Amino acid sequence: MFKIIGYVIKDLLRNRWTLFYLLFYLLVGFSILMFSGDFSKSMVSFLQIILILTPLIGTLFGVMYYYNSRDFIELLLAQPIRRRDVFVGQWLGVSLSLGTSLIVGLGIPFLWYFAQYEVAGDQFILLLLLGFALGAIFTGLSMAVSVSTDNKIRGFGYALVLWLLMAVVYDGFLLLALIAFRDYPLEKFALVATVFNPIDLARITILLKLDISALMGYTGAVFREFLGSTAGMLTSMTILLLWMILPFFLITFIARKRDF
Amino acid sequence: MVKFIEVNKRFGRLQVLKDVSINVEEGIKTAILGPNGSGKTTLIKTLLGMVIPDSGDVIFKGESVLGKYKYRREIVYMPQIALFPQNLTVKELLELIPKLRKQEAKYDDLVDRFGVNEFMHKKMNALSGGMRQKVNLVLAFMFDVPLVILDEPTNGLDPVAVLELKKLLYEEEKKGRTIMFTSHIMDFVQQMADRIVFLLEGVVNFEGTVSEILTETGTSNLEEAVASLIIQNQNQKAYV
Repeated sequence: MFKIIGYVIKDLLRNRWTLFYLLFYLLVGFSILMFSGDFSKSMVSFLQIILILTPLIGTLFGVMYYYNSRDFIELLLAQPIRRRDVFVGQWLGVSLSLGTSLIVGLGIPFLWYFAQYEVAGDQFILLLLLGFALGAIFTGLSMAVSVSTDNKIRGFGYALVLWLLMAVVYDGFLLLALIAFRDYPLEKFALVATVFNPIDLARITILLKLDISALMGYTGAVFREFLGSTAGMLTSMTILLLWMILPFFLITFIARKRDF
Repeated sequence: MVKFIEVNKRFGRLQVLKDVSINVEEGIKTAILGPNGSGKTTLIKTLLGMVIPDSGDVIFKGESVLGKYKYRREIVYMPQIALFPQNLTVKELLELIPKLRKQEAKYDDLVDRFGVNEFMHKKMNALSGGMRQKVNLVLAFMFDVPLVILDEPTNGLDPVAVLELKKLLYEEEKKGRTIMFTSHIMDFVQQMADRIVFLLEGVVNFEGTVSEILTETGTSNLEEAVASLIIQNQNQKAYV
């Protein structure tokens, strides 16, 4: 498995995709920090990138990389390598590459900023970790989707719909549900509903850390009310960790039954 | 060495393999023949664990291969279409596969024999079909394993390379290796195969030696024999 992870990372470096994302994040990082002036405003901008863009990039990349290396996967499957290792190795390789681009790409601008002004570093580190987690989760989910169908267009479509559901539509539905059933106690429902969306979980985690009530939304407020800031954060992070393990089982399960 | 026991495989509506039972004997060259879409590659892939049979079993060296992977240390598979990462050079690829297999490989001799040394440092996507096939062959024979499976090994090869391949196959057989191959070039099969398995629409239509198939069909060469088996099958279908 480690050889496959290593190969994928090398392959992505060679393709310059890793470099491309690194430059992209560098550019975004520097421009946000330079032009927004106020650090807490910058954090909100970074938050948007981490919550929307990182999962999207993970999704696109997971699908693209899988279909591009379909031939090579077949070659690997004919070797004495466990099926699970072939697919999970690919997932981890892509996730680590993208994650490194993110952490280095946004980390450098931040270090530069940190050297000039006294700001809280722990918030930023948490943000990067959450970005890493979301990237890995969505790369994994989109790979699981791709493994399940040979049709590229369909694979792309399903993966994008999944991202759209989690990043955009989910909040809308939750809001609708909350309005429709406003006469009932909804705290527990909201709490449970959040668990099923990693983007929401990441949002709540960082907002609890930043303590920005205005942006916390209903679910965030419920989290704080029920669990308090620290326990709420720990809970959401733990569930997020579970989300990170999910693609492992999903990919293994789907790949086990497939013909190549 | 390899036993397929009542293997069935269906892709959607299409039944690709129907109760296929074959015995591949050790130390000889077995050709799997059949028209396009008759299930040859699918059959090979069930042995490699790439296609999972709906029912039946595939036995390698006395043990079922289903759900396992370590047995593949003893099998090398050369696919029909060269499946390589396109941005690697030939040399990098020849070094990568042994690492992934965790097996030693000797390719210096083979590289000379097939003239691959002339493009060792070219990237795979810069190679012609024939050149890729030569790399494919080097990959297939660079490991010391008991079973080598070749899917259309002559595809795209020039006559010199085909000759070299024939020599190589004889040498490998002498070393005691078992070889399974598919081919559409009947001359090649007639010369090389010790045994023939003929698949037609996913069913084993004939199994035996070249001389047996010639006697059974009353023909003088394999091309005619195979054609006659196909026509026989069509006629039977027409009557039913």
